[in-house]
Amino acid sequence: MAIKFVLNGQPVSVDLPGDTPLLWVLREGIGLTGTKFGCGVAACGACTIHLAGEPVRSCQTLLDDVAGQSVTTIEGVSGQAAQAVQAAWRELDVVQCGYCQSGQIMSAVGLLSTTPRPTDAEIDDKMGGNVCRCATYPRIRAAIHRAADMMEG
Amino acid sequence: MTVQTSRRGFLKGIAALSGVALVVGFDAKGALAAAPVGTLDLNPFVKIDGEGIVTVVLKHFEMGQGTSTGLATLVAEELDADWATLRTEFAPADGEKYQIVGFGVQMTGGSMSIWNSYMQYRQAGAAARAMLVEAAAAQWGVEPEAVTVEKGLLKAGDKSAGFGAFVAAAAALIPPESPPLKDPAAFSLIGKPDLKRRDNTNKTDGSAVFALDVTLPGMVHAVILRPDRPGSGLVSFDASGAMGMVGFLDAKALPNKAGVAVFARSTWTAIQARNAVTAQWDTSAAEARSTDRMVEEHLALVRGEPSYQVREGGDLSATTAALSGAVQVVEAEFTFPHLAHAPMEPLNCVIEPTETGGVRFHDGCQAPGITQGAVAHVLGLTPDKVEVNTVFAGGSFGRRANPTSDYHVEAAQAFALFGGKTPIKLVWTREDDIRGGYYRPMAAHRVKIGLDGDGKVVGWDHRLAVQSIMKGTPFEAFAVKDGVDGTSAEGVSDSHYAIPALSVGLSDWTSPLKVLWWRSVGHSHTGFAMEVAMDMAAKAAGQDPVAFRLALLEGDDPDRKRLAGVLRLVAEKSGWEKPAAPGRFRGVAVHKSFNTYVAQVAEISRSESGVIKIEKMTCAVDCGVVVNPDIVKAQMEGGIGFGLGAAMRNRITFTDGAVDQWNFPDYVPLRMGDIGDIDVHILSSVEAPTGVGEPGLPPSLPAVANAIAAATGDWPTHLPWSENGLSFGA
Repeated sequence: MAIKFVLNGQPVSVDLPGDTPLLWVLREGIGLTGTKFGCGVAACGACTIHLAGEPVRSCQTLLDDVAGQSVTTIEGVSGQAAQAVQAAWRELDVVQCGYCQSGQIMSAVGLLSTTPRPTDAEIDDKMGGNVCRCATYPRIRAAIHRAADMMEG
Repeated sequence: MTVQTSRRGFLKGIAALSGVALVVGFDAKGALAAAPVGTLDLNPFVKIDGEGIVTVVLKHFEMGQGTSTGLATLVAEELDADWATLRTEFAPADGEKYQIVGFGVQMTGGSMSIWNSYMQYRQAGAAARAMLVEAAAAQWGVEPEAVTVEKGLLKAGDKSAGFGAFVAAAAALIPPESPPLKDPAAFSLIGKPDLKRRDNTNKTDGSAVFALDVTLPGMVHAVILRPDRPGSGLVSFDASGAMGMVGFLDAKALPNKAGVAVFARSTWTAIQARNAVTAQWDTSAAEARSTDRMVEEHLALVRGEPSYQVREGGDLSATTAALSGAVQVVEAEFTFPHLAHAPMEPLNCVIEPTETGGVRFHDGCQAPGITQGAVAHVLGLTPDKVEVNTVFAGGSFGRRANPTSDYHVEAAQAFALFGGKTPIKLVWTREDDIRGGYYRPMAAHRVKIGLDGDGKVVGWDHRLAVQSIMKGTPFEAFAVKDGVDGTSAEGVSDSHYAIPALSVGLSDWTSPLKVLWWRSVGHSHTGFAMEVAMDMAAKAAGQDPVAFRLALLEGDDPDRKRLAGVLRLVAEKSGWEKPAAPGRFRGVAVHKSFNTYVAQVAEISRSESGVIKIEKMTCAVDCGVVVNPDIVKAQMEGGIGFGLGAAMRNRITFTDGAVDQWNFPDYVPLRMGDIGDIDVHILSSVEAPTGVGEPGLPPSLPAVANAIAAATGDWPTHLPWSENGLSFGA
């Protein structure tokens, strides 16, 4: 039986087994590939999406888990925090290979949505689950502070 | 997304869009050439269409190192193109045309992209500019000297027009043999600190396409069941557990017995099906030793007579004599574990049949020049029948350039096994990546340094043992001379310090394990041993570590001068002359690799319980003329983070030949909070540009180790540090 949820503001209906990880539903079932596969065990954060506004790892979120709920991916993320984060990421040229950055941005947007002026310790805590093998961490930290400045505007 | 795969459709698309285009590149003899699109056998580096849109063709791939921005900068600078509308595209696989200058292979690596392209791409841009100017001058009836170019606009007096107006006329001209290049003082893009990366928008909105994002109609997904002990051969397998799984398609033995290809309708189903397949392996050819024994064997090699003397003019007997006359001798042993590259995007590629009986890859392809030959051999094709559509690569750190093109060959085998008509996406899971071999080799060093009564070095006996990366690969012919793999001891064998009686002995450790270059290759261990040993010697001599090094870098030798230059700069910028703040400890290191000179000062803190925090890294780099300063800084930051993450926590270990680690939970990567600020300073230089992707790494490890020694009195010479008595905190 098809499972219904709201994806990036639009209702969708997916006819896949309910125990399929949302990551693979998004990438191969629906074709939204901005959400990345990095480890499959919630240890790298590359697959971070928002479920009911909260950052979660989509590789450990099953399709059943999102029935009737609202899912947001990098392709659909919007609002003041998202705009500020993406603008700051571009202003500071955070990206290198870029593969982890969808997840980094989704985590950063989640952080700033609840903590508009995070300390370094709060950034370390909330971003600690997002791995960047290019080690763009100093720029991610700077970009989150810059985004916070932009939001205060 | 779906990739447009018809080549005919692509060309038609160009024609319909613009009707006409000017392409500038180099012909088979390396001479500048130009033509209307598709009419001459040349390798385009620059294409300008009838709308005036400039496209730079990238012979190097983009793994995050910034080359797509760098090569575009070189062309745009000389062409005076409009940076805002300029486009880039990755070159097709064509080893004749897009090889590394002077290297003969189409690939990206060795921190070579910018320096080997620096003149080539500037010349292509300058030639296109000269031809457009000549065409405009002829049409306007003015001298070429009267025509100026700015941001894609040609002007003379009251006349002005974009590039598009003249591409047809320019394409009919003979390109200048050696177009005039700008005086560096006139550069407006090269060296500009605030020029943005060209890939910073699509990599922040999810639209950048990596190979894992490529979907083709009818595509089948494959993963490979691999042995626990690398090098084992498949005896038999049982896929009955996967039968009946919805979406499972087939399971077949790879022809070389390296594994079982599991085919399914989706990646997730393929992974699930693989979990249900069992296999028996013949382990007779596989590595059977455990890590402890491997370490002992490496140490035994460096404690014994070396197989090779790799220092030019080095003489072990002379060194031994010098050491016997020394007032004191500093001795140290170093060990380095096997390491995985673990790029964020797991290895994967898509292979499909072409209309001409060949195959086409969609891949973040680091070495098309290797892939073409390796895949052609497996499929019985000629190399030109192996096409490559290069897309963004989610990191590499060396892993995607493999002398055997391993994952492309696996994909080709899977493609053939499935019938050779169906597009196949082969995916490595993170477990395949961590457990699948091609590691940075384990290494050991043993160093004895003799000092006289004044604390001067009188002799240096350096021995190292490591498995050769190059032996047994197609690169052996040029990388191995008289039995010596030059990458094994690089960074020690060619040290520029004025060390009297320096001898460098190398012994190969041998194993069926597959090893591979890992960001900075041999320098990833030699820089550490060299610079920690240097610090030990400075301490024994009772001298300041910076002053001790500078004394060995005096004179007019250009390498010494440049090493001393970055060392002085990092000392100044880190405030080395002043004592460290209370509770803070500093260490310094300097190292040349890939013709780039980097010095770093690490500042750490240590809690009462002994937990170490890397608070700040200060870095000075001399890489000649700087094309993109912010990208140079980013590469220093990345090299430092990549190296220190490994030094703190990473190791691949073996129990009876089987890999112990499986995924990021037990191969823990550097995370936010592990290191503090990184402050990079670029030395101003007019020397030719050199690479930056790797050279930031080698000095970072010894700088931190030397800071740790400043705090504890002991140098942590066995890596990774967290497995050898140290703990790190955020």
